[in-house]
Amino acid sequence: MATYLEFIQQNEERDGVRFSWNVWPSSRLEATRMVVPLACLLTPLKERPDLPPVQYEPVLCSRPTCKAVLNPLCQVDYRAKLWACNFCFQRNQFPPAYAGISEVNQPAELMPQFSTIEYVIQRGAQSPLIFLYVVDTCLEEDDLQALKESLQMSLSLLPPDALVGLITFGRMVQVHELSCEGISKSYVFRGTKDLTAKQIQDMLGLSKPAMPVQQARPAQPQEHPFVSSRFLQPIQKIDMNLTDLLGELQRDPWPVTQGKRPLRSTGVALSIAVGLLEGTFPNTGARIMLFTGGPPTQGPGMVVGDELKIPIRSWHDIEKDNARFMKKATKHYEMLANRTAANGHCIDIYACALDQTGLLEMKCCTNLTGGHMVMGDSFNTSLFKQTFQRIFSKDFNGDFRMAFGATLEVKTSRELKIAGAIGPCVSLNVKGPCVSENELGVGGTSQWKICGLDPTSTLGIYFEVVNQHNAPIPQGGRGAIQFVTQYQHSSTQKRIRVTTIARNWADAQSQLRHIEAAFDQEAAAVLMARLGVFRAESEEGPDVLRWLDRQLIRLCQKFGQYNKEDPISFRLSDSFSLYPQFMFHLRRSPFLQVFNNSPDESSYYRHHFARQDLTQSLIMIQPILYSYSFHGPPEPVLLDSSSILADRILLMDTFFQIVIYLGETIAQWQKARYQDMPEYENFKHLLQAPLDDAQEILQARFPMPRYINTEHGGSQARFLLSKVNPSQTHNNLYAWGQETGAPILTDDVSLQVFMDHLKKLAVSSAC
Amino acid sequence: MSQQGYVATPPYSQSQPGIGLSPPHHGHYGDPSHATSLPGVMKSPGPLGVAAPGAMLPPLPPGPQQFGQNGAHASSAPGLPPHRFAGPAPVRSVASAYQPSAQPSYPSPMSTPPVVQLGGQLGAMQLDSHGPGAGPAGPAAFQGPPLPAAPSILQPGPRVLPPPPTALNGPGAPPLGYGPQMGAPASYPGGLPAGPARMAGPQPPKQLDPDAVPSPIQVIESDRAARGGQVYVTNTRGQVPPLVTTDCVVQDQGHASPRYIRCTTYCFPSSSDLAKQAQVPLAAVLQPFATPPADETPLYLVNHGENGPVRCNRCKAYMCPFMQFIEGGRRYQCGFCNCVNDVPAFYFQHLDHLGRRLDHYEKPELSLGSYEYVATLDYCRRSKPPSPPAFIFMINVSYSNIKSGLVKLICEELKTVLEWLPREGQEEPSAVRVGFITYHTVLHFFNVKSNLAQPQMMVVTDVGEVFVPLLDGFLVNYQESQSVIHNLLDQIPGMFADSSESEAVFAPVVQAGMEALKAADCPGKLFIFHSSLPTAEAPGKLKNRDDKRLLNTDKEKVLFQPQTSVYESLAKDCVAHGCSVTLFLFPSQYVDVASLGLVPLLTGGTLYKYSNFQMHVDSQQFLRDLRGDIEKKIGFDAIMRVRTSTGFRATDFFGGVFMNNTTDVEMAALDCDKAVTVEFKHDDRLSEDSGALIQCAVLYTTVGGQRRLRIHNLGLSCSSQLADLYKSCETDALVNFFAKSAFKAVLHQPVKVIREILVNQTAHMLACYRKNCASPSAASQLILPDSMKILPVYMNSLLKSCVLLSRPDTPTDERAFQRQLVMTMGVADSQLFFYPQLLPIHTLDVKSTALPAAVRCSESRLSEGGVFLLANGLNMFLWLGVSSPPELIQGIFNVPSLAHVNTDMTQLPAVGSPHSQQLRTVMGIIQRKRPYSMKLTIVKQREQPEAAFRQLLVEDRGLHGGSSYVDFLCCVHKEICQLLS
Repeated sequence: MATYLEFIQQNEERDGVRFSWNVWPSSRLEATRMVVPLACLLTPLKERPDLPPVQYEPVLCSRPTCKAVLNPLCQVDYRAKLWACNFCFQRNQFPPAYAGISEVNQPAELMPQFSTIEYVIQRGAQSPLIFLYVVDTCLEEDDLQALKESLQMSLSLLPPDALVGLITFGRMVQVHELSCEGISKSYVFRGTKDLTAKQIQDMLGLSKPAMPVQQARPAQPQEHPFVSSRFLQPIQKIDMNLTDLLGELQRDPWPVTQGKRPLRSTGVALSIAVGLLEGTFPNTGARIMLFTGGPPTQGPGMVVGDELKIPIRSWHDIEKDNARFMKKATKHYEMLANRTAANGHCIDIYACALDQTGLLEMKCCTNLTGGHMVMGDSFNTSLFKQTFQRIFSKDFNGDFRMAFGATLEVKTSRELKIAGAIGPCVSLNVKGPCVSENELGVGGTSQWKICGLDPTSTLGIYFEVVNQHNAPIPQGGRGAIQFVTQYQHSSTQKRIRVTTIARNWADAQSQLRHIEAAFDQEAAAVLMARLGVFRAESEEGPDVLRWLDRQLIRLCQKFGQYNKEDPISFRLSDSFSLYPQFMFHLRRSPFLQVFNNSPDESSYYRHHFARQDLTQSLIMIQPILYSYSFHGPPEPVLLDSSSILADRILLMDTFFQIVIYLGETIAQWQKARYQDMPEYENFKHLLQAPLDDAQEILQARFPMPRYINTEHGGSQARFLLSKVNPSQTHNNLYAWGQETGAPILTDDVSLQVFMDHLKKLAVSSAC
Repeated sequence: MSQQGYVATPPYSQSQPGIGLSPPHHGHYGDPSHATSLPGVMKSPGPLGVAAPGAMLPPLPPGPQQFGQNGAHASSAPGLPPHRFAGPAPVRSVASAYQPSAQPSYPSPMSTPPVVQLGGQLGAMQLDSHGPGAGPAGPAAFQGPPLPAAPSILQPGPRVLPPPPTALNGPGAPPLGYGPQMGAPASYPGGLPAGPARMAGPQPPKQLDPDAVPSPIQVIESDRAARGGQVYVTNTRGQVPPLVTTDCVVQDQGHASPRYIRCTTYCFPSSSDLAKQAQVPLAAVLQPFATPPADETPLYLVNHGENGPVRCNRCKAYMCPFMQFIEGGRRYQCGFCNCVNDVPAFYFQHLDHLGRRLDHYEKPELSLGSYEYVATLDYCRRSKPPSPPAFIFMINVSYSNIKSGLVKLICEELKTVLEWLPREGQEEPSAVRVGFITYHTVLHFFNVKSNLAQPQMMVVTDVGEVFVPLLDGFLVNYQESQSVIHNLLDQIPGMFADSSESEAVFAPVVQAGMEALKAADCPGKLFIFHSSLPTAEAPGKLKNRDDKRLLNTDKEKVLFQPQTSVYESLAKDCVAHGCSVTLFLFPSQYVDVASLGLVPLLTGGTLYKYSNFQMHVDSQQFLRDLRGDIEKKIGFDAIMRVRTSTGFRATDFFGGVFMNNTTDVEMAALDCDKAVTVEFKHDDRLSEDSGALIQCAVLYTTVGGQRRLRIHNLGLSCSSQLADLYKSCETDALVNFFAKSAFKAVLHQPVKVIREILVNQTAHMLACYRKNCASPSAASQLILPDSMKILPVYMNSLLKSCVLLSRPDTPTDERAFQRQLVMTMGVADSQLFFYPQLLPIHTLDVKSTALPAAVRCSESRLSEGGVFLLANGLNMFLWLGVSSPPELIQGIFNVPSLAHVNTDMTQLPAVGSPHSQQLRTVMGIIQRKRPYSMKLTIVKQREQPEAAFRQLLVEDRGLHGGSSYVDFLCCVHKEICQLLS
């Protein structure tokens, strides 16, 4: 391996893992001095077209507290047919099936290239996937129509044996029975009354096991499973029925008087959906897909009253403790999310409305269950339609890119302990010897449940080095971590993916260079950002920023090269050079700044930030800016106001938005319709190039970004202007009149000022 | 004692009837029996010893029942309260006349020369029409062909002969030391426990020739002959209208037709003292929506546009003929409160030389007794024009109903009957919207919106807190959604075919319907087809509390009370939202009609009950009821106010009403068959000049969704002479009043007490007449005012009604049902109910369309060779004598002989013979105008089902209790004598 960069890349491709440090400080003390914790970004189901799953079960270490999976790092005695666990050093006999192994005849899991391997478990009944649509009917007519069409379309994308169910809600909640002929039948619930799971099941007639009539009717036992799934039927059986049913869906028939919001019982609808699945199909892969066009306005989980004159809570209201429904609603949804997670189901929220829809309160439903959160303006936009369609996209094998009910177990060698995880997961509260007492993120456990997973779902996992300073690790010693992900594949198979990685230990005092060189500043930035965002959920914004700043200063102090009290002398090595810039943009990002964002938007941004992989996360922190001009091929340029030039076209990708911005001159040319003139065909090509690139991004991205096409002076240009580093503002007037970019009207500090301060603080001995 | 007694609980709450109730001067009626009874109850001394257990048994053989009075006191004797009828040992000079049988040494009434009495009495009554009766052969006169008004004087005495010993003593021991009591029991062979005790006193009258007592048939026929077919003009204050049984054309000339208002008396006593003295109830039976016959003018509609009706500023009475215009027409004086009001400018009109407005005859409200106003927005809920009403059909689809085919029957029928939804005038199609719900332990609502390909079912399982799952699409216009509705009705029976749910809820169903109407913001009517006791876990859950042991105890009243308060508050909510509930019950066992029926009763709905409903037998009756109920004329969301002129006021209301305060009668709906009986009391002297004026105003919403006021005005005269009062009494209305007040009282008092009060008051009214209006005559004479001469027979029938007579073999539900039924009855219906129509069919003239002359309801009027048809408004019996003419049997049934007649049929076969056609025409005529479809039962003489038929022969002794007409008369007579002494 040539450089660390290549090593990191290779590791990521093979194992889906990016560590903040690729050489580990060998003692607890040294590790804490490194500022950035030892942590990794793990993409458990990273797509590996080259990795065929093996059709047998993993071999486990026989020590009950360990149960690590046989892996290439284990020492194997081929003659004695023994292997030594590399985590607990237990010597294990190979199972009988492995009798024929030898140095030349190794099972896959022992080969070094299979540090990540996937097993298919044949045991156990396979249960079909379940999709439960929970549909808001308080929509505008064309919105509802668009949604109905999307839903009908989705039926054709579902696996034919999947079970589907339909719940619609407005003022009331209707659970539709799908098996009836001749007449469509639904069970209706009041939207204001919270029901326990038991009550829901009683009312749906799902809980009649102790029926005395049963003996009298021998047919009953066979009927039972059908009864229990009256509301969830195989798509192939009721495809037509459901299509018609969706087609006949009416808008909520209750009149909405002037000045009122429609009464929307989202809380109860979700509660019923959860209760229905809980009673009928616990612990099987199921998605509850909530489509809502506005905030819940009644019953448990209501976010805002139905009086239009009282607007939905803003960050300002929340700060002033003025959001009267927020706490109660959040509690309701949290309770639902926890129940859902316990049952191994996941909840998606597709919220399309111009105003807020209560994502702030409902976010835990998706965040704790690994569901998707999609926010749009209307169901009648391509943003929603294509995003929704992309849920059902298939991988190279023709399988859906979704997995269910996963548990992630992490095992470490004894020098390490697990501090926690941040991502779309809940703790399974499995304490063990390798669980640290210091929590970072969701900690106190070595196992997490991830109810919904897709190939890009990424968790940040944080570790603690516990090796004492006085117990040095022998030269060349390696620490190992094993990630075991058990999940239900979309083909309904049970699978286990095992990733085992090892990294070298290094003594921080003597080998600091090594450690420094092995620093992955991208991963570190994202991991730190996750910590920051995780804190921001519970702490005041300024506190989080202060914490981030302090960490940055400490890191610079530790790894910068400078003379004390001399800011000019400050230098950072290559492996750290970008890190401060990431932090600068992170501080300005919507993940930490709530200004100009509604609480819903913040929740939405944070939701995606906590689950996307490294590349996407980095784009979110520091958007990418490409420049197109006649001066040369398209090139990435600095995310800086100086890049905004009149003769350029800019393409910015912030993950959530794709902005194409035409410089002043370009825009004038376009208005003059030069592109239509044959002699200016090259201008036409220039205009087209960013569009094509944008299309490419749009095609791949989930959720589909908002696509903005604007120009110099356009109102939508604000999306670009708010992101770029404000190196030129109305305050530093020297830029006025010069052809060096566009001034940004802001009081925010620019990167240059930020860096100056950082240097000053880093070299100061005061802190 | 007085009519007001029924509401005055304190006296009645005493468990010892007779004590403290009675005004002192007739306290002794109770006392003696009471005195004798005490030891009997406790110890059963001597020959009475057997009686204690006997008292618990159904009718005893006459023998040991000397003891009857004790038995009755001891709570069980299913007869009339003995101490009331018996007056066991009133060894007073007056009463003694009636005890010759026991103690022959007493002077017999025979000793009084009847002729003299009769003649004298006639004179006293100033009746000139019964001359013939005045002949020397007084008794003969009664026996002879009916003489108009002749029986107004009745003297049982003359007919009394010393009874044969057997009759006297029967199988029992000869009278020993017990005197009258001992003599009594045997007097009625096959008599009742009540009998013996009663007989003690008035035994001799038993010998009275039934033909000698006043005959209702004769009274009806004579009134018919005198006034039938004529035009009755309502231009005079206080004029007594023809009987309800008389057909005539009413011409409104300033007073409401008797079809709308019928009073117990048309001449009020001028002071409350006088009223108290007479104890004649002052009441009016209001039937504001009564259907006038086709040959009478329908009500005129007055529309003052935005000005609305003209009303008195003080008492708010509506403009009517009783308003006196003065000062050249600029002002008018209210006839009710005498307030002088300015005439509104838009309403001004000059007066003519008589002081009448020039437009007197152009404006209905100036010249007519009844008319309608178009109401303005001020009269609407929330000042919004009302929506047209909706009908919601709610079908119980529990296992038994599906299995019996009832659900299918209903669904099939609805398909056709919905074509006949009521409409206003020529409006086409009906504005009434319809909705459908099915239920057992959960409720199923149906979306039948016209643009749906198929109906949608919405199940509401939260019966604890029921709600309406949809608004748009639930209530639809039938014409628009016809295909979806038919689709639904076709599917419903199959949809629940494999349901095994046997329980059902009830209160949530009503609640759901009410909530649906509330949500749709319209009044309406629920048609609930229900069949079982609601035992499923839900509000209003009932348990079977039918307990025969409560009969004849102080707790008996709870059987008439609802089990829980849920239904009352539910009904209250329904009324508040204009939701009327009509309940079709198909019980196979106890369903607690007292509880369930409360909702239809209080919401102005109707309760139909088909016990042990059998598809092939009862479906026609049910379907006729259903059709009738859907089509009938009805007003919704009604508020009635009865205003009176100064000096008296309406104090009590009986019927299917709900009252939040003391004056406004609120009704969710009011249909053409429902009547409200109003009682009046004096609060000042009435002036004989201005009379007593009544204005009944009903504010309601028409089926077309128009808010209207229906006004009925009636003027009564006043008099300080009791004779005037008695002259103007109306027996049918009196019975209606007595029945309703008694049936209302059963909720609070033991039936025994109520019966006592009824007898007392009857006696009191008659005694007062005797004392004040009749010329002096011997005490042994029973003298009845002409207007009340058939009151005793009706009262006796009322006393024998199963509500007031506790018998273990009458289902509790049936009693509750009849109680409720009577509460809303109009006068015509109550008349028929308490005195059924008995027609000799064998005398039917096949060439004439007229009904044959009815005969009196007594077994003695039947003949073995005859065929009789009997109808009381609920049931119809075709009684076939054992030797009925075969050709008649052939003609009617198309079978060769009586033995071949199948008594299971509930409809006569359509045989082409004239007999058959004629009989069916007669039945059609009887059925017409009756709110309930009568169930036909074929009864063969001396076969099992005859008992039910005989029960309706109200002049006879009841099979299980209740005295005969003649006995009752004697009893009343004795009471009167006591009162007068």
